[in-house]
Amino acid sequence: MATIQQQQQRRDRIRLALLLTPGLLWLLLFFALPLVIIFVYSFMTNDALGRVVYEPTLNNYITIFTQSLYVNAYWRSIWTSVLTTVICLLIGYPLAVFIARSPQQWRMPLLMLILIPFWTNFLVRIYAWQIILANNGIINGFLEMIGVGRLTLLNTEGATLVGLIYGELPFMVLPLYAAIDRFDFTLMEAAADLGANKVQAFLRIMLPMTMPGIVAGSVLVFIPTLGQFVVSELLGGAKVDYLGNLIQRLFLRANPINWPLGSAMAVLMMLVLLVLIMMYFRVTSEEER
Amino acid sequence: MSDSIAIELRDVVKRFGDVVAVDHVNLQIRDGEFFSMLGPSGCGKTSTLRMIAGFELPTAGSILIHGREMGLTPPHLRPVNTVFQSYALFPHMTVAQNVAFGLEMRKVPKAEIARQVKEALELVRLSGLEERRPRQLSGGQQQRVALARALVNHPEVLLLDEPLGALDQKLRKEMQLELKSLQARVGITFVFVTHDQEEALTMSDRIAVMNKGKLLQVGTPTEIYERPNCRFVADFIGETNFIDGVVIGRDGNYTVLETPEGLRFRGLATRPLSDGTQVTYSIRPEKVRLLAPNGELPPNGLAGTVMTVNYIGSDTRITVRINDRRTIDIWEQNTRSTLDRDEYWQPGEAAVIVCPPDNALVLSE
Repeated sequence: MATIQQQQQRRDRIRLALLLTPGLLWLLLFFALPLVIIFVYSFMTNDALGRVVYEPTLNNYITIFTQSLYVNAYWRSIWTSVLTTVICLLIGYPLAVFIARSPQQWRMPLLMLILIPFWTNFLVRIYAWQIILANNGIINGFLEMIGVGRLTLLNTEGATLVGLIYGELPFMVLPLYAAIDRFDFTLMEAAADLGANKVQAFLRIMLPMTMPGIVAGSVLVFIPTLGQFVVSELLGGAKVDYLGNLIQRLFLRANPINWPLGSAMAVLMMLVLLVLIMMYFRVTSEEER
Repeated sequence: MSDSIAIELRDVVKRFGDVVAVDHVNLQIRDGEFFSMLGPSGCGKTSTLRMIAGFELPTAGSILIHGREMGLTPPHLRPVNTVFQSYALFPHMTVAQNVAFGLEMRKVPKAEIARQVKEALELVRLSGLEERRPRQLSGGQQQRVALARALVNHPEVLLLDEPLGALDQKLRKEMQLELKSLQARVGITFVFVTHDQEEALTMSDRIAVMNKGKLLQVGTPTEIYERPNCRFVADFIGETNFIDGVVIGRDGNYTVLETPEGLRFRGLATRPLSDGTQVTYSIRPEKVRLLAPNGELPPNGLAGTVMTVNYIGSDTRITVRINDRRTIDIWEQNTRSTLDRDEYWQPGEAAVIVCPPDNALVLSE
């Protein structure tokens, strides 16, 4: 005969299993399995018609590491993502401080302003940026009016960067706001009282204490930016290849399509992300110490 | 204690929008003194402290620290340190790092910092807790870290903003005495903000009482308690009996007032008052004497009836009715250790109260 305690433990285990099963199944089917397929494909061969042939090879990885098209795409995407993250941080931090320091009744409306763009589809908003940046667009109209003349803005790497920063900024501001809102600004007074100027007080007190928000925001911005392809296509004019554009092309539009090579690129992208994020966590947690 | 002035406030005004937080305050705080600023919340005491620290700038007037005009000097360049009400310890730093912060900002050599941090922690009896984080400490310990963190910088003046407010009653009493003895040892001028009158009386060399942005009275604890200069101070510090009336003349050193129902009281006036002035007569409950009636009224005596008798251990608090609308509170010390309370005053008993005019005050608004 089982004791009450044993019966209870058994009941708890069953309850836990019931609660976790749907989530686990979902993750297994729609996250782990596709990842495994991509990983396996990345070691397969492509035939002339774009079909996956089950002949193990390392050629896909060799191609990526030896052809400048692919190497450059990695560097370009990493550099653009770093730039986007840093600029979002530089814009987002003061913005988050401003919102967190606003009178209580203003904070929610201000946060809503950050969130309102999400009510519109991302593609639609990026098309709107085409109108703003176009040769006969709003900015150029203004530049001509004040006598500067028209500039080529759309279909440049600069336009891609602007679009990315625009799209990702809320993902930086929200976690920053959460961290800064929790920060006790009396600590800044205490630092000043102990002889720290504004910069010292920020670097020694506020920055380390809001680091969790900085890390969260940076990760949230960096990851989607590394794999993006929509913004560089619609605002950058697909003139240069970013990782996401290459992968998308290899999977859907290349002639012939090449899933094994695309898979290898995707696997490497994940590796890059993993390494970069681990480095980032190490650096920022050292700063906290 | 020397006579030089540590802090001087000249006609300082602070407005927040339409609100006048500090209203033309003039004040001199002497070197080495334990100076308290006392008043109810919103009286301007904290604003005054924050202006001395440099967190707020006066709307008008000037603040001098050891004769140097502070003007726009930012907090980090002022020779004062603050102990905050919430302690404001840096949660991501250890106790030692917290205490070292001010020295690091002043670029003191590392070895010297280590030595001084050790010394400061010894001073507040926290040796051994160097590597703890603030959240691992009790409220009283956090309080000591905040003290050490400020004192290690050897400020010309230490500002304390209700530092004992978050502690429980017993710890609070302990810290009061400890702060006082600490101040005597380090010899630094302490400016202590509190709303607790008992705390101010216990610890201070001098007290400034504030209300509604105005500085009402500055004096030693005895002066503030025994000779309050207005109704608010008499009411805020300790307990007192108030009786309203008008001045009807003088009797030697005393000013005489009469209540609407014709009772006359004698007391000391803090300034000359002309006849007809509306005044308040104030006498502390422990200064009033209670006697058994013996036919005729003694000088300054009034006949009454005992209403309530409350034994509270150290003393007994008695309320005596002297007419249909007035009662007087009297506190008698329980000097006899008898359990037999039957011999004592009983409700309903006739009694005579005596208000010695040397212990009574006639206050004008």
